[in-house]
Amino acid sequence: MWVFLATEVLFFGGMFLTYSIYRHAYPSAFIAASREMIVWAGTINTAVLITSSLTVVLAVHAAAAGQRRALLLFLMITILLGFVFLGIKGYEYWTEFGEHHFPGRSFQFDARYAPQAEIFFSLYFMMTGLHAVHMIIGIGIMAVMFWLSWRGTITREYSSPIEISGLYWHFVDIVWIFLFPLLYLVGRHVH
Amino acid sequence: MTTSHLPAHHYLNDGYGIRSWLLTRDHKRIALLYLAGVTFFFFIGGAFAVLMRLELATPAGDLVSDETYNKLFTMHGVIMVFFFLIPAIPAVLGNFLIPIMVGARDLAFPKVNLASWYIYMLGGLFTLYALFSGGVDTGWTFYTPFSTVSSTTNVIPTALGIFITGFSSILTGLNFIVTIHRMRAPGLTWSRLPLFLWSMYATSLINVLGTPVLAITLLLIAAERAFHFGFFDPALGGDPVLFQHLFWFYSHPAVYVMVLPAMGVVSELVAAGCRKPVFGYTFVAIASLSIAILGFLVWGHHMFVAGESVYAALIFSILSYLVAIPSAIKVFNWTATMYRGAVSWETPMLYAYGFIGLFTIGGLTGLFLAAVGLNVHVTDTYFIIAHFHYIMVGGTIMAYLGGLHFWWPKISGRLYNEWLARLSAGIIFAGFNLTFFPQFVLGYLGMPRRYHAYPPEFQVLNVLSSAGASILGIGYLIPIAYLMWSLRYGRAASANPWGAVGLEWSTTSPPPTENFAETPTVTWKPYDYEHAVSAPEGHVA
Repeated sequence: MWVFLATEVLFFGGMFLTYSIYRHAYPSAFIAASREMIVWAGTINTAVLITSSLTVVLAVHAAAAGQRRALLLFLMITILLGFVFLGIKGYEYWTEFGEHHFPGRSFQFDARYAPQAEIFFSLYFMMTGLHAVHMIIGIGIMAVMFWLSWRGTITREYSSPIEISGLYWHFVDIVWIFLFPLLYLVGRHVH
Repeated sequence: MTTSHLPAHHYLNDGYGIRSWLLTRDHKRIALLYLAGVTFFFFIGGAFAVLMRLELATPAGDLVSDETYNKLFTMHGVIMVFFFLIPAIPAVLGNFLIPIMVGARDLAFPKVNLASWYIYMLGGLFTLYALFSGGVDTGWTFYTPFSTVSSTTNVIPTALGIFITGFSSILTGLNFIVTIHRMRAPGLTWSRLPLFLWSMYATSLINVLGTPVLAITLLLIAAERAFHFGFFDPALGGDPVLFQHLFWFYSHPAVYVMVLPAMGVVSELVAAGCRKPVFGYTFVAIASLSIAILGFLVWGHHMFVAGESVYAALIFSILSYLVAIPSAIKVFNWTATMYRGAVSWETPMLYAYGFIGLFTIGGLTGLFLAAVGLNVHVTDTYFIIAHFHYIMVGGTIMAYLGGLHFWWPKISGRLYNEWLARLSAGIIFAGFNLTFFPQFVLGYLGMPRRYHAYPPEFQVLNVLSSAGASILGIGYLIPIAYLMWSLRYGRAASANPWGAVGLEWSTTSPPPTENFAETPTVTWKPYDYEHAVSAPEGHVA
């Protein structure tokens, strides 16, 4: 799993590289575009994800200790938090679409920054979109874990699937921890 | 040779139905599934090459239109690179041999291994669909902005096909790394690993670290075409050169994905063919890893004329020269192994000689290209084409065929016709050189790549090249015939027909499904020919 996560780092790394280059090339447009982000939604989502990481850790602990009821509870909370995250993300996408921020023919933005801000939004949708795909996969994995625990396959002696799935979940969280400041907060402190 | 019989139980007679193959988790059967897959794609890719060489037999563009020609070289490149060269040695020989060489029953994740074959075939069929429903004309490199703005062909399906296949490379690499780390037999320390395993380990590292970057790059291309994102489109403030950086960050290391396994195979062939331990074992092993690492640091040499800064070009040039050091270590160590060895002239060894010679030519012309000044002169000419075909065809395919012949008795339990095999090895060597050596000259004289017509003064060299290609094509068809023939009519092979050392020769031919009756314990150095020549089978403690 660690090797697979190394793969994932390189995968997102390609996008972070693209982001850094264009942020370096067009700083003012990126600041202007970043101000359009819905910060409260991003903040709530950050809190939701960090909480879900906590419940994953608790689930791993419960699995190792053989506490089946606690394990099922924490897995369920993790899955629910994942859906909350995706719900809020969906609301954000809906708003951005409404404001014509999705790149393409209907894109509208302050004329001074328009094409460069379009790159920002391209990156925004690409990065958060792929992150959301990873979240959906994560929820699927957690659902399988829930089913395995329900069936009694996961025991104190055989709890490594929970631990390995937890690693994946933490990784997806960490990606968000990087995405959030880069996309939402980067322009905030400049007046 | 004493008459041998096939063992009563082996992996090939452990179930005959179609389900026993398509749902197998046996790494040996999955290797054969891959063998069928890569052979199929090899001949599809080869057919495109035949059409190209036919077109180039005359200076005028008369056989196919320029647009068709663009599609031909794109399809040739895409299929050969992503569906033959990258998977060929790892997925066929690596899959078959890695568990046996480490003394294990199977790879670490047998189900993942089968899944990666299905992913490979799915990606391949996706790409084939894209190619035959109109084709794609961007070249295998998908350079922007042509691929995102101008081209009207099936870029997105092709890119997605390669994207899907990338997962197969990643999963296979992951499987190999974990297997080599965790499943080695008792006593098989890192310094006792066969060199083939070292090179497969280095290859897997590249696959695991490089492929995701290609994946995201292709995804960005697809998104740019589908949603008009502007990452690489200058009209929207994007930078097309960024694409080249991302693309070559994978695709240069991918060259080493193609050639490192070949080097591993040749190390095995040379040791067995000379009945000597490989000279400088540690150096050869470390050279594999250093090639993998250096391979990630030289991508800029594909972009000397793409608006790179002088300093960047200088650094990339120096780093590219450095790759020559581990490569040369290997070549010198193989030749040093042959020195005063009992050098054999059997088929696998013929391919090994071919590899060493052709790889040396390919490598030395690579040094020409690492020099910025000369590179600018021959950029996008046939010199480049000749150079990388010497590495990929002269290097990788020679080693792949050599390895296939060397381990064929182990894989099939049968012996092929040695004289036909030697003959076809000779035909391939001659045909290859006749095809590609004239292209060095053509490129140096200034004939650009990727055109379907050319000035008449280049015709003689082009006719030579096309003639060579037809010889090469015949050379590739003969092994198909006699290897298939041997499956049914070949004499049964003994457990160790070459008298070679290595765990794979200590089990029966073909091996049982579980590879070894009991887990072997390794107490000897790699390539321990001094002690093992007479009775390799008795070598397992």
